[in-house]
Amino acid sequence: MTALPFVLLAVAVIAGYTINRMAAKSIRDGGSRLHSMASYHGMFSALVILVPVLTFILLWLLLQGTVIDRLVMGALPDGALEGLDSGGVQLVLSEIKSISRGQVFGTPESWKLEAAEHHAALQTKAGWLLVASVAVISLLLLGFARSRVAAEFRARQGVEGIVSGLMIFCSTVAIFTTIGIIVSLSYETLRFLDRVPLYEFLFGLNWEPQIPLREDQVAAEGAFGWIPVILGTIVITVIALVVAVPVGLFSAIYLNEFAPRKLRAVVKPLLEILAGVPTVVYGFFAILVVAPAIRSFGQSIGLDVAPNTALAAGSVMGIMLIPFISSFADDALSAVPRALRDGALGLGATRGEMMTTVLFPAALPGIVGGVLLAVSRAIGETMIVVMAAGLIAKMTINPLDSVTTVTVQIVTLLIGDTSFDNPKTLAAFALGMMLFLVTLMINIFALRIVRKYREAYD
Amino acid sequence: MTNMQKIERDIGITDTKISARNVNVHYGATHAIKDVNVDIADKTVTAFIGPSGCGKSTFLRCMNRMNDTIDICRVTGKIELDGRDINAKSVDPVQLRAQVGMVFQKPNPFPKSIYDNIAYGPRIHGLAKSKADLDEIVEKALRRGAIWDEVKDRLDQPGTGLSGGQQQRLCIARAVATEPEVLLMDEPCSALDPIATSQVEELIDELKQNYSVVIVTHSMQQAARVSQKTAFFHLGTLVEFGDTSQIFTNPTDPRTESYITGRIG
Repeated sequence: MTALPFVLLAVAVIAGYTINRMAAKSIRDGGSRLHSMASYHGMFSALVILVPVLTFILLWLLLQGTVIDRLVMGALPDGALEGLDSGGVQLVLSEIKSISRGQVFGTPESWKLEAAEHHAALQTKAGWLLVASVAVISLLLLGFARSRVAAEFRARQGVEGIVSGLMIFCSTVAIFTTIGIIVSLSYETLRFLDRVPLYEFLFGLNWEPQIPLREDQVAAEGAFGWIPVILGTIVITVIALVVAVPVGLFSAIYLNEFAPRKLRAVVKPLLEILAGVPTVVYGFFAILVVAPAIRSFGQSIGLDVAPNTALAAGSVMGIMLIPFISSFADDALSAVPRALRDGALGLGATRGEMMTTVLFPAALPGIVGGVLLAVSRAIGETMIVVMAAGLIAKMTINPLDSVTTVTVQIVTLLIGDTSFDNPKTLAAFALGMMLFLVTLMINIFALRIVRKYREAYD
Repeated sequence: MTNMQKIERDIGITDTKISARNVNVHYGATHAIKDVNVDIADKTVTAFIGPSGCGKSTFLRCMNRMNDTIDICRVTGKIELDGRDINAKSVDPVQLRAQVGMVFQKPNPFPKSIYDNIAYGPRIHGLAKSKADLDEIVEKALRRGAIWDEVKDRLDQPGTGLSGGQQQRLCIARAVATEPEVLLMDEPCSALDPIATSQVEELIDELKQNYSVVIVTHSMQQAARVSQKTAFFHLGTLVEFGDTSQIFTNPTDPRTESYITGRIG
């Protein structure tokens, strides 16, 4: 039943293509010179049918459920919903729906059975109505497209116009999604700030999001200062960069300039495989291998090491970032024109001198851009820290202590049964908002640098 | 051995700067240069002419071992600079390139200041003892590059901001700053307009008082204007080598004549 409109659409599209193509061909065979090739005429017809009808079907399917629900609920006998809050009404509706699908539990009231029948009938009706509308609209569009076929009709430009419209739509999807994310985050963040003052959130030095969820529960009052949390993120990010930047850069420099071609052909794909490892696997590696190793080593030289150290999480995150930085730096180095290398070598520079005095400075803005993008990845990275970092927010920069991060806190705040009406869960959105803002700023900064670097030579 | 070399130098080849014997170059499977023998004289301009892809640039790059930087390139045969084999193990290519400077087809100033561009060679080779020394080297090089008057007030500005002709003269000055004995120029004017070209040609003419200059060019007029010796390359072989006046007025090989009169190339 749901497939039928799509089948109809497909038939109409193929028919439109064939009919217009044939029509154009017959004009050509009649001796006129066509402005556009026959296949463009066909393509024009296909697109003219496909785009509006597909949009229509999708919108219909999106709205059909809501409209039918409204109609069913409206037709219920008076007084059936009396005394129910919105949750209760939802419950009644889903019961009616499941009855109409044939899943009957116990003995429902007769008005519910009637409503279920009504629901089922409406659904069938809506299905046929959709099929009929699709058929009518397709036929109309088919006729319209056929009427445009003429020797001088510019089908080429017509097709390009429709396709470029589609491309504009696709490219704006990402923008609108971003705007949607910002709006929904801001809304929840504002609700959070109603309950916790902005000042306390931004400058508070305590993060203890445990609050009593019921009247009789014994729990702390809750403290929502994000400083210790962001401090943990910063500590882990710094550790990650200390690992990733030198290793990534040196590997890029080696692969780009010094490695024999055969070695490069092997090592580069391997590095890229490292980039494809899921972060949850890095998380295993951190808790099972790195953290115990650091702990036992620390203890052997008499240091007090927490089981979940910032060092373990940070260094594994650094390993995750190595291919990222390495491939960025490699691209930046490769983008430096061959002429500059030749210039330096021709003046008697060794490869190393050429690298440090000419190539690296010329590629530096691109490399910095890559490092900044790596920073925002490190800040937003979740899985490794959820597995390997701690949960308690501590004001410490000791890498051997356990710290928590913004992302870890968001995850823990939202795990389990939650309702979005208390500061504990809303705090997650506020943290998310801050994370979004921080990474957004770093990204903008990074992109600026990358853009500037494009103008550096040539 | 050293005595032999000394005697050899003293007798036959007094003013030969570079001598190449049976030079062959392979790029992977391609045989790019075939048995080339040529003597480059000191304090003269030697032009290499020939159709595109005939190997003249490749041969030029043999003379300061720039072909070493290309993985698949293999050079055989003997090239001597002042009687010393430049491909010998004892020769450091880095030192050699300071001695045999190179100017490239496209002006390639580093994205650094004009001053730092010129000071690049002297700095890596440690030619200056002090800042004042370096300033002097830079000024001298820029004067020899005939660009001093145009840039003396903006030495701290990027070299990439100059015009194409100025950039090329800057690159020539940069090559001159390391006090080379030979200057190799790979189509130095092909990216320049006629005015910049004539400035660079004038400069080449002055440079030959101090250096041995080898220039690869596509323009036969340019070869005729600036050079005293001309070598004609075709399909990887050196077809004819002699005085420029003779090559252009009375070539011995029919291929040279065809090229000069525009029938091949």
